[in-house]
Amino acid sequence: MSEAAATSMAPSDGVTGLVDDWTADKQTYHVPWGKAMMWIFLVSDTFIFTCFLTGYLNVRMTTTQPWPPQSEIFALSFGGAPIPLILIAIMTFVLITSSGTMALAVNYGYRRDKFKTIMFICATAFFGATFVGMQAYEWSKLILEEGVRPWGNPFGAPQFGSVFFMVTGFHGLHVSAGVIYLLWVARRIWAGYYDKKGFEIVEIAGLYWHFVDLVWVFIFAFFYLL
Amino acid sequence: MASSSDTAGQQHPLGIYYQIWILLFVVSAASYAVDYFDVQGAMRWTLVIVFMLVKAGFIIAIFMHAFWERLALVLTILGPPGVLLILIAFMAVEGDYTTEARFDYMGHDRDAVALTPAEVHGAGGEHGEEEAH
Repeated sequence: MSEAAATSMAPSDGVTGLVDDWTADKQTYHVPWGKAMMWIFLVSDTFIFTCFLTGYLNVRMTTTQPWPPQSEIFALSFGGAPIPLILIAIMTFVLITSSGTMALAVNYGYRRDKFKTIMFICATAFFGATFVGMQAYEWSKLILEEGVRPWGNPFGAPQFGSVFFMVTGFHGLHVSAGVIYLLWVARRIWAGYYDKKGFEIVEIAGLYWHFVDLVWVFIFAFFYLL
Repeated sequence: MASSSDTAGQQHPLGIYYQIWILLFVVSAASYAVDYFDVQGAMRWTLVIVFMLVKAGFIIAIFMHAFWERLALVLTILGPPGVLLILIAFMAVEGDYTTEARFDYMGHDRDAVALTPAEVHGAGGEHGEEEAH
């Protein structure tokens, strides 16, 4: 009895803690419900994106037509010679910047610095919107200038277009939803909704945002670089 | 909540976030450099995948705080996606078999070469000089 009380007061770490968490007749995850549920959602989203990327792996391996040269297709010219993949590199840096501002927003949220939290959330949403804007430019360039379609393109394997629109489209949808979600959270913080409730919501929104950045890490590597 | 002390949220010094932030920029620049300097072959695959895993690892561990979470939550997050590695391995094996069958028995051209934008739009066009291959 006294031992159990001691355990619940100071939970042990590591494998002993893992066993304690799962075997005690109480909740398993010692985090707010919203955070646990966000993690469950992100795990399911991981499955969706992995299915897309595995489908990409399969069509890329099985198509006998040559894969279009991404580096040159996504090149951009600023007056001079085209710089390979530069637009995608800038998009990557924009998304990493937004991830950093989100981490700061979470930190200032727990410090209960409402003004800085809102500012950093808005900065994150701004960089997210910038990313989506650049993606819209990338799509229109590919569709209008390069003639890439989901069913074919002038360069090589037609699957290139299907994978491109599917994967980057679904990721862009996540970024767009994230921007709306962040602005909604910022507005509720501004209204004082979390003053008594606590600022876990910023960390939960942050988890979603970092996940979107995480997915881009894999898309950047597998679709654009390899 | 079972105990309020461990639900207080993830609060850490700002310094670690700045360090990881800078690290992510450097590693992203490095993976872009792989493409910019046209590294090819096994070296390209190795570098791109190593940089990708480093970035993903630090985002999950530090930005998403998995490093500080209890093992029960960490395993819930990282365990199920582990089975996806099996799916990837199966599809890779299957893909290899399919593509070889198409080359060997269906007469697909093993030496086909993709066109570049310069070739499609004509050299010297808006996409500039064609690069040497």
